[in-house]
Amino acid sequence: MTSHYTGSKNHTPTPGQTRSFRIWFHRFGSSSYFYHMASRWGPRAGWLALILMVTGVYMGLFVAPPDYQMGDSYRIIFIHVPSAWMSLSVYVLMAVSSAIGLIWKMKVSFCVSRACAPIGAAFTFCALVTGSLWGKPTWGTYWIWDARLTSELVLLFLYVGYMALDKAIPDRNTASRATAVLALVGLVNIPIIHYSVEWWNTLHQGSTVFRMDGPSIDARMLVPLLITTVAMNLYFVSVLFNRVRCELLDLERRTQWVRKIVNG
Amino acid sequence: MAELLDMGGHGFYIWTSYAVVFAVLAYGFAAPVRRHRQLVDEIAEHQKSAR
Repeated sequence: MTSHYTGSKNHTPTPGQTRSFRIWFHRFGSSSYFYHMASRWGPRAGWLALILMVTGVYMGLFVAPPDYQMGDSYRIIFIHVPSAWMSLSVYVLMAVSSAIGLIWKMKVSFCVSRACAPIGAAFTFCALVTGSLWGKPTWGTYWIWDARLTSELVLLFLYVGYMALDKAIPDRNTASRATAVLALVGLVNIPIIHYSVEWWNTLHQGSTVFRMDGPSIDARMLVPLLITTVAMNLYFVSVLFNRVRCELLDLERRTQWVRKIVNG
Repeated sequence: MAELLDMGGHGFYIWTSYAVVFAVLAYGFAAPVRRHRQLVDEIAEHQKSAR
């Protein structure tokens, strides 16, 4: 893979670990390196995600026992909770890569950030819809302006706002910087969502997995939940890589490495 | 089979949830795959006309 490594020109050697980290960092900053890495790992992550998703959903729907309070309706958990977790972690990644983009002016980093927005919005949408469909049989209502639900809806607006702002600014560099600032400001919403069930008296239940005293959920339910969570993470990696590939091709269409890909 | 679909009376909520999520995820996967193909074609076309 060293043939795609173009960052070495500006590299001043420093001893030991700092050096290898810098090489790694520079490599990821190289568009062609990232493109080839993504082409290689994207499909693998995608296939693995599919296999795990089918396994996890099968176990969740047909193997796991019904809940003693909610009966079968709790089975929505196997897609609701992973979607909700992803909606938060994708946002954090979007904000972190925005920060990296702003600080080191890395093009690839801005591309990652830009690619995160629609995927994160999709996860947020899934979390809201499945939550709503779970709320009806459990709480008797599809929607309530509860702290958890409201802050998650704000997250959807943040993602949509990010995409709208990106579209509204024609100059690519200006758009990258403006959206990066928006992503960073919106980061404040993430702990609010996470702690909303503790800070406020919400209808939404508290955490059952990330608890000081360990998960309060039966192992037969926890295992499929963890499998679908890993599946959604791999799905995210796969789609992210495909999106970044598109961003890079579009951005660098006049460069030699893109020409090589298109003609080869 | 009917019992399985019914899910103790919660069938509608469960199956709608799964259907929505899989539809969204499938579309989310397909969109950039198609865009990539279009981009490659578009750039190739542009290069041919530039030559």
